[in-house]
Amino acid sequence: MGLMAKPIRRIEDKRFITGRGLYVDDVKMQGTAVGYALRSPYAHAKILSIDTEAAKAMPGVIGIIVGAELEAEGVGHLGAAFPASMLKNRDGSNRWDGDRALLTVDCVRYVGEPVAFVVAESINAAKDAAEQIFVDYEELPALASIDEALAPGAVQIWPQAPGNIALDWEQGDAAAVAAAFAKAAHISRIELVNNRIVVNSMEPRGAAGKYDKATDSYELYVTSQGSHPISDNIAKRVLRISKDKLRVITPDVGGGFGLKMSTFAEYALVLIASKRFGVPVKWMSERTEAFQSDSHGRDLKSTAEMAFDADGRILGYRVETNANLGAYGLGFGPGIQTAVPMFVIGGVYKVPVVYNHARAVFTNTVPVEAYRGAGRPEAAYVLERLMDQAARELGLGPDELRLRNFIPAGEMPFRSAVGALIDSGDFQRNLHDCMRQADWSGFAGRRAESEKRGLLRGIGLAYYMEKTAGGAGPVEICFTPNGRVEVGVGTSGHGQGHETTFAAIVADKLGVPMELIDLNQSDSLRAPYGGGTGGSRSLWSSGNGILKAADTVIGKGRTVAAAILNVAPEDVAFEEGAFRAQGSNRFLPLLEVAAAARGGTNLPADLSAGMPDGLDSSGTHDENGDTFPNGCHICEVEIDPDTGKVSVVAYNVVDDFGFVLNPLIVAGQVHGGVVQGIGQALLENCLYEPGTAQLQSGSFMDYAMPRADDFPPIKFTYNEILCTTNPLGIKGCGEAGTVGAAPAVMNAVLDALWARGVRHVDMPMTPIRVWETLQAAKG
Amino acid sequence: MADTIPVAFSVNGHEVAAQVEPRTLLVTFLREQLNLTGTHVGCDTSQCGACCVHVDGTSVKSCTMLAVQADGCDVTTIEGLGTPEDLHPMQVAFNEHHGLQCGFCTPGMIMSAVNFAKGHPDPTESEIRDWLEGNLCRCTGYHNIVASVGAGARAMAKG
Repeated sequence: MGLMAKPIRRIEDKRFITGRGLYVDDVKMQGTAVGYALRSPYAHAKILSIDTEAAKAMPGVIGIIVGAELEAEGVGHLGAAFPASMLKNRDGSNRWDGDRALLTVDCVRYVGEPVAFVVAESINAAKDAAEQIFVDYEELPALASIDEALAPGAVQIWPQAPGNIALDWEQGDAAAVAAAFAKAAHISRIELVNNRIVVNSMEPRGAAGKYDKATDSYELYVTSQGSHPISDNIAKRVLRISKDKLRVITPDVGGGFGLKMSTFAEYALVLIASKRFGVPVKWMSERTEAFQSDSHGRDLKSTAEMAFDADGRILGYRVETNANLGAYGLGFGPGIQTAVPMFVIGGVYKVPVVYNHARAVFTNTVPVEAYRGAGRPEAAYVLERLMDQAARELGLGPDELRLRNFIPAGEMPFRSAVGALIDSGDFQRNLHDCMRQADWSGFAGRRAESEKRGLLRGIGLAYYMEKTAGGAGPVEICFTPNGRVEVGVGTSGHGQGHETTFAAIVADKLGVPMELIDLNQSDSLRAPYGGGTGGSRSLWSSGNGILKAADTVIGKGRTVAAAILNVAPEDVAFEEGAFRAQGSNRFLPLLEVAAAARGGTNLPADLSAGMPDGLDSSGTHDENGDTFPNGCHICEVEIDPDTGKVSVVAYNVVDDFGFVLNPLIVAGQVHGGVVQGIGQALLENCLYEPGTAQLQSGSFMDYAMPRADDFPPIKFTYNEILCTTNPLGIKGCGEAGTVGAAPAVMNAVLDALWARGVRHVDMPMTPIRVWETLQAAKG
Repeated sequence: MADTIPVAFSVNGHEVAAQVEPRTLLVTFLREQLNLTGTHVGCDTSQCGACCVHVDGTSVKSCTMLAVQADGCDVTTIEGLGTPEDLHPMQVAFNEHHGLQCGFCTPGMIMSAVNFAKGHPDPTESEIRDWLEGNLCRCTGYHNIVASVGAGARAMAKG
């Protein structure tokens, strides 16, 4: 059918552009009550008592739940995705994640932690009632930042975590790195702050739950990146019921970016409330509530050192990181700066030895979990800032130092010092292509022109590599009685165009028109099991799984068609959606064969007995190695020294995502990722007040979201260097834009400010910070 | 419970009359009372624009207007702009240029863009970016939204 490698327009668009999408807040269940979470105004406080009597008497109130009741009922707590054995302290002891009840019983540890759940007939009634709940708090000293948490004498948030260290983790060989540094001709060193980000998917989190007394089972509509992980957590950990008693459905989702991977307290609370009060219950986060109750991203401080020989070749790399975990280690939180990025430390360079030491630090802030890239943008940021600095110190161009140290294309597959087996890549080619695309050689002229207008111009490049997440799940291809094809996957698209992409693969492979193909995803009782969508892995898992399942469909179909056509199976060819008896013009369309196989009539008894499900087939991608998307970003900025305003005036990307299945969708992923990276570098910053840990950036009024007028067009091209470890040859593209963007932007900003004597910059380079930096550099 | 007061206005060409609490926002009324859930709520500070509708032909953030303020007005929501079978040119442009990913900001973007296009039959990129300052998107990086709005405006001008 030739549907691959084409910019097919998305089939799911029609419902979104006409307002007919179905997001959680659009789900209507008869008689639904509204849930509202009362949250702590203090960052750290003992709860002495909670009095809900006056609130319960308010008009429209159905009931109120507090934590002590849930404890008495044996309701379980939330936790991290990593088992203790999978992620330990470097001395072999267990890490500590804290202990997070759905509703806090005796102590709140961040502003926004839920303490009571009000259920009422309307949101206004619920809010009015929540104001009447009296919580007696005894305020405790609070820790707003990594520095406060690590200071001598700091309050201990958890007695089980001395020094507020949740996890003390390392990788690599410290002694070998020390030896490499001892013989270095040059050592470059950088200290960097990676600012805290609020994820801010445009759809806030939400959940609608219903308990059915007749079947003693639950139904949950939730904003997620995968229903199965949510179901696992709520059924097994929290409600302690069999998974088949909980149906988790993820309808249309308005963006995730890692936030919606996790199981949040409110999702279980609507179910508990529904059972207790006998009505369906819906909770939707408001934006201000999202700022203080969603998991945040990034927030770490790193010191990195690189040892070079006299020729500028890397001898060793050492990184020390302290990462803010927030008050609890939830979801992927403890792994974000440890297990998740561990295979990309050292990136695309030949680094003989690596030592990486990372600590997760408790503070009185919202838990920090995954945000687009989850650890890999942070690792790339440190490495690519350090490479730029080293190039300046060594008197080499930023391209030249990188070229000297790239793993050459001819040495692929390459086993890196951190154990990654990089299957393929041509970093030199992408770098050269991107420099040409960005007209790197013409920069001096553009800078001179900017100077005439009183503006400082800078150019910066970054070369990133990420490793996508593994964990392939089964794919099912089913032929429905009404003549349609249903593709079941364990991934869970929420804006990435999976309905189109997966249908295109099925259509291409089986010759069935796309309009007859339906995607079955993210229903914990109907869709195949899987970890959902995250880590740029969905096409890798589901796309390659579709190929396998489709091969089985064709194999079964050939047998059935041969029986009907009365020829030997080896004389039946499958082409353009039909089985054809070779050497004749007799053929049977696949859907007819599927119908025949389902009915079993006209088939030999042994054949139909061997195919109880007709042509329905499943397949799982054979995990045969990792994928390493990589590419070059070049950013050009103009800075007004009088106002400090940074304008991104050009942005170029040359990526290698392996095979590009839908160029339109892939470009969209890169555009969005790049803008999130630029947003972090120039605009976004989540602030907690020192000393009180009060959230200062609590709404779109005081948190700068990227807007349309902040950016130029993004020029994106790609080289398809096929991945050798999966049949589609794809590498994954969902997070890549974010991984490469922040260091490219910051290298450009520093380049622009360099001539004014500035030697260091940290994100975000907002106008006031640029201006202050320029003033400080004047001395 | 607060007292209610009557409102009557036209929504997507249909006359609507209801009793509402005075504090009811237009967006709440559209979503909860009329079940027009294409209009979305993405913030509580009038920043995101996901709730844009047309009131008497002008785009308005419906979270910033009380239902009672719409009394006597002519309101159009995304559901009234075009249908899956008969799309508005701006809707076609968003599909053609991949101007949406998760789709949550999309109805507001389209309603805002249609208003913009009426006064800008052949807009420049910078005019589009300036106009979209009041609509937030976290998925697309705006690149393809800008392309969509330009194409949609030109298609509308052709008629």
